[in-house]
Amino acid sequence: MSKFKRNILGLAVAASFTVGVAQAQVSDNLIKMGVLTDMSSLYTDLAGAGSVLAAKMAVEDSGIEKRGYKVEVVSADHQNKPDIGSGIARQWYDVDKVDVILDTPNSGVALAVNQITKDKNKVFLASGPASSDLTGKACSPNTVHWTYDTWMLANGTGGAIVKSGGDSWFFLTADYAFGHALERDTEAVVLKNGGKVLGKVRAPLNTQDFSSFLLQAQASKAKIVGLANAGGDTTNSIKQAAEFGIVKGGQNLAGLLVFLTDVNALGLPTAQGLIVTNTFYWDKDDQTRAFAKRFAPLNKGIHPTMIHAGVYASVLHYLKSVEALKSDDGLKVVAKMKEMPTDDPLFGKGTIRVDGRKVHPAYLMEVKKPAESKGPWDYYKVRATIPADQAFRPVKDGDCPLVK
Amino acid sequence: MEIFGIPTQALFGQLLIGLINGAFYAMLSLGLAVIFGLLNIINFTHGAQYMMGAFCAWFLLEKFGVGYWWSLLLVPFIIGATGVVIERTMLSRLYKLDHLYGLLLTFGLALVVQGLFTNFYGSSGQPYRLPQEFTGSFNLGFMFLPKYRAWVVVASLVVCLGTWFVIERTKLGSYLRAATENPALVQAFGINVPRMITLTYGFGVGLAALAGVMAAPIYQVSPQMGANLIIVVFAVVVIGGMGSILGAILTGFGLGVVEGLTKVFYPEASNTVIFVVMVLVLLFKPQGLFGRER
Repeated sequence: MSKFKRNILGLAVAASFTVGVAQAQVSDNLIKMGVLTDMSSLYTDLAGAGSVLAAKMAVEDSGIEKRGYKVEVVSADHQNKPDIGSGIARQWYDVDKVDVILDTPNSGVALAVNQITKDKNKVFLASGPASSDLTGKACSPNTVHWTYDTWMLANGTGGAIVKSGGDSWFFLTADYAFGHALERDTEAVVLKNGGKVLGKVRAPLNTQDFSSFLLQAQASKAKIVGLANAGGDTTNSIKQAAEFGIVKGGQNLAGLLVFLTDVNALGLPTAQGLIVTNTFYWDKDDQTRAFAKRFAPLNKGIHPTMIHAGVYASVLHYLKSVEALKSDDGLKVVAKMKEMPTDDPLFGKGTIRVDGRKVHPAYLMEVKKPAESKGPWDYYKVRATIPADQAFRPVKDGDCPLVK
Repeated sequence: MEIFGIPTQALFGQLLIGLINGAFYAMLSLGLAVIFGLLNIINFTHGAQYMMGAFCAWFLLEKFGVGYWWSLLLVPFIIGATGVVIERTMLSRLYKLDHLYGLLLTFGLALVVQGLFTNFYGSSGQPYRLPQEFTGSFNLGFMFLPKYRAWVVVASLVVCLGTWFVIERTKLGSYLRAATENPALVQAFGINVPRMITLTYGFGVGLAALAGVMAAPIYQVSPQMGANLIIVVFAVVVIGGMGSILGAILTGFGLGVVEGLTKVFYPEASNTVIFVVMVLVLLFKPQGLFGRER
């Protein structure tokens, strides 16, 4: 080999080495985020395009691009099918160089993405799914579970109802990972507080007609019909419960997971009086109102749900951690996210626990009567605030292998 | 008294609920059967047209204050007219081609329509107020039957039997049936066959829209409401026998009951039971329960 050629080769090796160093900081010099969400079915309004918008707003508000980082937000529809969701996640991580997956409303899909993210050492900011297993037996050092979970819902709504005398329950459960987790966590709360469960029925996801299940609930004579479902399933079951006179017959409904968009879809005459637990309400303070005022006009007037807020806040904190660390390596970023206290305009100050659980206060709210509401989207009054240290399952009770 | 651990009283209630859901299956599959029987088009847009019917009723009420009863009358004509446009501008070009082309076209149309509605109205749906006359329920002893659901069963039976009667027992119906067998010959008798076929498609679509109006007060008026139903309704048509009017009606009600009972004994399978029946029927009687061999 001539001297010249050797020099060229040496230069090439050196050059590739320096490029390699740069890549080790932020891969491909690009932070690529994938919003994996429901774009076409029952969870579209409570997450969907609003989640993509929230992610983009967070990128903008973080100001990270002004400091020389390149950020790209992509999105896809998981169609509520774990196989499709995992396919997209693999494609994103392996081919499209996505660094972090966001949102993912649907616990079935989320549990699959959780595992893939761990295998590929990327980051999963789970602000959409509910199953408390994500910080329990399925917990992962690459996942942060941001907004809410089934344990929180069970203790918030379920606990409040049992304590106010609703001590016999019948569960109407969505038949997949989320519904099962919510039913299990709520049943535990009911039993712990001296109540009993008289029956349960598992309805397939995206059922149109609940009358048959409601009839079974009616026959059980339980005081409370617990709806362990979400989105369109919840609105249809509440609507049909009114039709079949469940409430008039002396039974009460407990919507265990009710989003702002569900209340909007039902209308206050049907939804009034429902007790719900959320970790975010757009009309809570000036900062949340300011966010909603920017968000809603860009999202067909739909005001932010707690899932939208979760996407926004988790992205802000993620970007902060990447900047602090100067790397987007999955394990390291999540470790950094746990190390740094969180602070954002929507959830306030908080922390991320070792099991990946983000903790913040939860709000027990009641849906207003039509006369109390001042206009569209003015739906809730806060009945109680559950402090951050009580809102979520104690870290030792989760069976998370990361907790020693 | 109990049957398999379920009190008979509760079972009666479930049977009735099954019949009510069956009423929707019957009305929708009837429209499909009419269209397939007379046009040989597999109308995958049917679910979207049912959804459009519900949306049209909601729109009339919200924007123009047009109530339920007028909607029941107007909506089938409005949506039926969109059907006529689709038939004239698109479907009529496909009659000479394989079934597959019509299927692809109508399936694509359904996706486009649903996508547009989701884009404009979101997925959580709009509430449609129950008409005043129908609030409350009958106490049947074994269950409370909401008045509106009782109305749905009665109305759907009347519509189904009326349609069956027109097609199988009147002169107009005999023209229609003759036109599907041999259009050239019927045309030779001075009957405008293309127009008849256009109107038949419009009628089938109108039936879907009518079912949509009836469904509006029960379900959320949402863009997905048809997509959830259409596959089941196709299974109903296949089980009943493609193109058989009576088959569609009877199978619709029958499968509603089968599904209702599944919701009691094994709720997890209630989404799939109809397809299990479909597989069995296709294995043992491929032309469907009421279908003729072609």
